[in-house]
Amino acid sequence: MQRYFISRVIQSLLVLAGVLMMVFFMMHLTGDPAGLMASRNASPEEIARLRDQMGLNRPMTIQFFEFAIDVLSGDFGNSTRYHQPAMDLILERLPATVELASISLFISMIIGIPLGLLGGSNPNSMVDYLARGAGLFGQTVPNFWLALILILVFGLHLGWFPTFGRETWRFMGLTLPTRSVFLPACSLSLFTLGQLARFTRSAVMEVRSEDYILTARSKGLSVRRIYIQHILRNASIPLISIVGVQFGYLLSGSIYIETIFSWPGLGNLLADAIGNRDFALVQGIAFFSSFVVVILNLLTDMAYATADPRVRYGE
Amino acid sequence: MGNNKMSEPQKAQGHQGATGLGVDQQKKQGVMPVLQYVWRLFWRDKPGLLGLIMVLILVFCAVGAPWITAYDPVKPNLRDAKKPPVWMENGIKGHLLGTDNLGRDLFTRIIYGSRVSLTVGFLGVLMACSAGMAIGMAAGYFGGRIDALIMGLVNMILALPYLVFVVFIAAILGRSLLNVILIFGLTDIPIFVRIARGEVLRMREAGFIESAQSVGASTFRILSTHVLPNLIGPLITLATFEMSAMIFYEAGLGFLGLSVPPNVPSWGNMLAVGRQYLTIYPWFATFPGLAIVFAGIGMNLLGDWLRDALDPRLRRMKR
Repeated sequence: MQRYFISRVIQSLLVLAGVLMMVFFMMHLTGDPAGLMASRNASPEEIARLRDQMGLNRPMTIQFFEFAIDVLSGDFGNSTRYHQPAMDLILERLPATVELASISLFISMIIGIPLGLLGGSNPNSMVDYLARGAGLFGQTVPNFWLALILILVFGLHLGWFPTFGRETWRFMGLTLPTRSVFLPACSLSLFTLGQLARFTRSAVMEVRSEDYILTARSKGLSVRRIYIQHILRNASIPLISIVGVQFGYLLSGSIYIETIFSWPGLGNLLADAIGNRDFALVQGIAFFSSFVVVILNLLTDMAYATADPRVRYGE
Repeated sequence: MGNNKMSEPQKAQGHQGATGLGVDQQKKQGVMPVLQYVWRLFWRDKPGLLGLIMVLILVFCAVGAPWITAYDPVKPNLRDAKKPPVWMENGIKGHLLGTDNLGRDLFTRIIYGSRVSLTVGFLGVLMACSAGMAIGMAAGYFGGRIDALIMGLVNMILALPYLVFVVFIAAILGRSLLNVILIFGLTDIPIFVRIARGEVLRMREAGFIESAQSVGASTFRILSTHVLPNLIGPLITLATFEMSAMIFYEAGLGFLGLSVPPNVPSWGNMLAVGRQYLTIYPWFATFPGLAIVFAGIGMNLLGDWLRDALDPRLRRMKR
């Protein structure tokens, strides 16, 4: 167990080192980061001055190590647009993204998992078609388009929900979400909902065909008991990993939704930064979201290994 | 190819009536029996058939765009700008789905938009699939350090937030069709590597690679005549799903203004314009989105069918 955990932690650190390199070298993809950072109508002299200022004339390795040391001490450089440390901007926007991602995950779970359970236990029934349909739609309906349609129907036509910005409700020192999160969260949860329905369905179908279910049945256990004690428990193990992965996806994948709803989160910040050619900020966001996703994957794997001994002893 | 497929229904049905499902026993040589067999598999699985038809419609739209519609997809016609679809009030004849902010026919732009989507999807997948197949074969076949290195990289890339990096690279490289194809073609390699390697490992366990080695077959021969043919099935299935995903992501990039240049008709670009006019002219955004959903559903249904049809174990189970 301990060995598995340690090797996973080392692996995650390696991935983060790789991310650091990727984020750094991506700026050099076009060969000239200064030209990229400068405003669109900068003169060659201005670009040259900027290149000097950024230290781009020094050897690449030195530049990289400086970048790495800065990032590891939490300094992503200053946003050229906001003239603030990129890290401060990121941390300022994080709560909105976490709120949106958690609520989306919650919506997907309370709909997707029961749908998958019912579908998997009654193959080829109406519920099953619904579960499979949810899986297919989650994969094929773009969430940015769904968001527009939801705005049209529930925001403009029916006027039930706000379609713009984030309102919070302060209660006993806590910042709580209001209904302004509803439409963005619904649009964002579509893909995850479909994935959860799909995976739960196949997990249940797989467990149903295991020998121990047959044994339980032949022992005369009631169907209800078999479902609760054997099928649900075993089918929920693979769900741990899918939920973990999906949460990472939701945290990092909300760029369209946040832009459409002007939700003041990380995705919106990223879209803005790209529009303003504020690449220090883009680098910061890319590294920060990778960091969050890698940590989430690590935690997920640990939870999985704790729940399923086969993973620990597998290798 | 297209003609053969069209003329098949009667033949296949007649055959089915005579011999039932005994497709596997066919010993006839040539292309026709194979096509008949394929048709039979489609006929048995109606969603797959639907997927095939949808994908064929898409390909037809992309190839035959100038024959389907008489309008120019790029040239503005401000006199007829912002007209709603025909069935709505103020809709004008000749513009089935209405016109956009510059008076260009929306139906025409959607038809032409399928060209961008299919080009990106097809070339991107072709690139990712061929590179991924070669790398995955090397990893699975040679094993050891090469395998560890390749899989380390693959797992690293797959652990990253995909969208963030795609957007990042697209912003750096700038808007062009070639860039978009390169971005998706390169970033999608790891998935193909993983599947190809997994299949090779399974083949190793099956033992026929070892037996080929023991009779002295060269590495090249083993890879090309034993490993490669067995890889094609799973990879084609994956390619179909990935193509649908790329169309999805290309539209997303276009939506953010990071895909093909703004004057090129593409579904993503149309959605980006549609978003600006969402409250006043909702049809600008509605129809391109439906086109994306159409493409996605078609390819996913076809992919599901391919997975079942190309995997003989599953096929037997289905009967």
